[in-house]
Amino acid sequence: MAAKTIKVEIKRQSGPDGAATVEKFEIPYRPNMNITSLLGEIACDPVTVEGKATTPITYDSNCLEEICGSCAMLINGKAKMACSALVDKLNGDGSGTITLAPLSKFPVVRDLSVDRSVLFQNLKAVKAWVPIDGTYDLGSGPRQFPQLQEELYPLSNCISCTICMEVCPQFNDSTNFVGAATIAQVKLFNNNPTGAVLKAERLRALAGDGGVQECGFAQNCVEACPKQLPLTEAISDVSRDVMFQQVKDFFVR
Amino acid sequence: MAAPRIIVVGGGLAGLSAVIKIAEAGGTVDLFSIVPVKRSHSVCAQGGINAAKDLKGEGDSVLKHFDDTVYGGDFLANQTPVKNMTAQGPAIVDLLDRMGVPFNRTPEGLLDFRRFGGTLYQRTAFAGATTGQQLLYALDEQVRRHESEGKVTKYEGWEFLSAVLDANGACRGICAMDLRTMETRTFPADAIIICTGGNGAIFGKSTNSVVCTGSAQSALYQQGAYYANGEFIQVHPTAIPGEDKLRLMSESARGEGGRVWVPRDKNDKRLARSIPEADRWYFLEEWYPKYGNLVPRDVATRAIFKVVYEHGMGIDGQPMVYLDLTHLPKERLHKLEGILEIYEKFVGDDPREVPMKIFPGMHYTMGGLWVDFEQQTNIPGVFAAGEADYSIHGANRLGANSLLSCIYGGFVAGPNSLAYAKSLAAQPGDGGHAAELQRQKEKNNGLLASTGTENPFKLWRELGETMTKHATIIRYNSGLDEADAKIVELLGRYKHINLSDKSQWANTSFAFTRQLENMLELGRVIVQGARLRDESRGAHFKPDFPERNDEKFLKTTKASFADKAPKFEFEEVDTSLIVPRARNYAASA
Repeated sequence: MAAKTIKVEIKRQSGPDGAATVEKFEIPYRPNMNITSLLGEIACDPVTVEGKATTPITYDSNCLEEICGSCAMLINGKAKMACSALVDKLNGDGSGTITLAPLSKFPVVRDLSVDRSVLFQNLKAVKAWVPIDGTYDLGSGPRQFPQLQEELYPLSNCISCTICMEVCPQFNDSTNFVGAATIAQVKLFNNNPTGAVLKAERLRALAGDGGVQECGFAQNCVEACPKQLPLTEAISDVSRDVMFQQVKDFFVR
Repeated sequence: MAAPRIIVVGGGLAGLSAVIKIAEAGGTVDLFSIVPVKRSHSVCAQGGINAAKDLKGEGDSVLKHFDDTVYGGDFLANQTPVKNMTAQGPAIVDLLDRMGVPFNRTPEGLLDFRRFGGTLYQRTAFAGATTGQQLLYALDEQVRRHESEGKVTKYEGWEFLSAVLDANGACRGICAMDLRTMETRTFPADAIIICTGGNGAIFGKSTNSVVCTGSAQSALYQQGAYYANGEFIQVHPTAIPGEDKLRLMSESARGEGGRVWVPRDKNDKRLARSIPEADRWYFLEEWYPKYGNLVPRDVATRAIFKVVYEHGMGIDGQPMVYLDLTHLPKERLHKLEGILEIYEKFVGDDPREVPMKIFPGMHYTMGGLWVDFEQQTNIPGVFAAGEADYSIHGANRLGANSLLSCIYGGFVAGPNSLAYAKSLAAQPGDGGHAAELQRQKEKNNGLLASTGTENPFKLWRELGETMTKHATIIRYNSGLDEADAKIVELLGRYKHINLSDKSQWANTSFAFTRQLENMLELGRVIVQGARLRDESRGAHFKPDFPERNDEKFLKTTKASFADKAPKFEFEEVDTSLIVPRARNYAASA
């Protein structure tokens, strides 16, 4: 009997303007493999199933324990982190083929690597930070009840993987929607006792085109988020705050 | 004179801390990072950050933190910077709190603290079990704010290749490679700060992230920087063995009450939870009654190693022991959610119900670029901070001191680099830019022209295997000699590398192959440093020399690159504040 193998089909693209092709690989099976270790095996022996010499796959990865947010890709068509996608779970009896493709809503850099810098731009636009006076010693921060920490900590667990944006039907060129991750950060900083000083500015940044009202409540984001952020709750809270802010601004003007 | 221009390489906690201090002081910074800085390896730190704020009424103090750190490091650390760091601990944690880090709180709204290894005090502030992530994000947000104000320019997706040195040997910038366009160019700077973290990749599998290759430190060592105490490698007692890496299982698991044990009968086939207390061997608690499961990492690691390999008591004969949290109340488990999820996702068992199976794994380098007390290396204008430098931790790092040392180091290096830059004379000629660019381009062209048969990833596996076998928990001189010979062999085979991908766009294997050469050179520093140190101290343990030998080896190891090999010298350690004493965690209270 032939040794057990894992069949993988990978969508490849040599650069942003290159044509997409699919290459097939068969990797010797070992228990407890994940997708990133599979890609590592290909790098050690970059030969397709047809025996054609090829190049190692380009993909983003770093921590390999689902906390850095680098390795999001489409695995069997679903947006997932490659490090925590276990082959034994994906592949069941081993007869199937695992397909890998880059996230579809972001410009491809090469192969499975995409450019997700739009998220970091969005975080700048909404001032996702606490505007402290300086880093010199000003004593301890404001007291906070544990309940507030419990509310904010989950929002602060966002790893910027952009999976919520990938799966969102509203995240596309025609809406310019900022996506759930950015909105969740607005909630986080608006509820920080010091961060709240920029609350109005953040809400205004989410009021216009591409802002929070673009959300269609498909709820794909909250289902796909690998860190289980309470995204839909954040969107509805922020959307209510944006509305109040708009009303307030209307009368003050 | 134009405003000083500083380059910071690496965007983890140390790098971001330096950037913030420089931007705040009015300097302009170019920040280089292989990955978007928010994805730096600091994100993986779990348990917390130490600061002797004594909010638990235990009588903790900065001096006790200082003493624990020096004693934990087996007296190899220079004491002055350790004292400075521990003194700044409380202010640093307060600052992080003000930046919005969601630290856990007491009912009164104050910061909560937990106990960590190598201390008897609750000194560790924490945000669940993802403290590094939360700290990194807070600093990343502050840097983004400075970036939006034009004080910081980020070069994410650029890899540092080397420093640009002028005719007098002073640093005038860096040479870096764009990992997308593969463009190699130099950037001018009056001073640079190297904050490029650890070197776990030299050991193949470790708890480190993919970018932690030590490549930048090695490149600088090959350009004339001293690399100090390279032989001191921390092997974390509790990691989850994996196919692609060893995933950390935080010391906070034991800080919250987790217990390490194996069945008393090695043939016990019962499910872990059904084994009664009397049939379990809590060997750490038995051997170290005072510190129990919270002995320092080197001590816990050797104990686990002994139980598995000398007593033959690993679970099911495998190199694994139990780390048991199943007895903990819900509130305590809740504070560990982040790491419990990691275990659940990657192993498939629920650690709330089933004891975890763990084994030690390479985790941290105490050694690094040699720096003075101002965080400057011996190359003028090259500063270093964080895991990339050798200061603070001596022969063994205490848990939750790394986050503090990163921020402390960045806070010292930032302003000092600026002061250095302000008094810097004009550069002679072009400052060495053209020559350095030429040297790096020749390296690139050499690799691209190479027509050998060696696969770089396979060479790397061989390096990792030999380093893990000979240069981690237990070291023998014969094994270290074997490892050095193996690395020399690998360096020879490296000359016959086969780059299957020669394209000039997002060529990750090309970038990796460049890192590999630096990993090999630094591997020799680690192995030969260990070979020379015929004693046991902290994480460095030789069964043939089981005692610490202060007379001969209470010294910093300094390696320099001469004739394409490490050359060693030794430097006195600053013991001006605490007289070295025997280190014995087994003594009872």
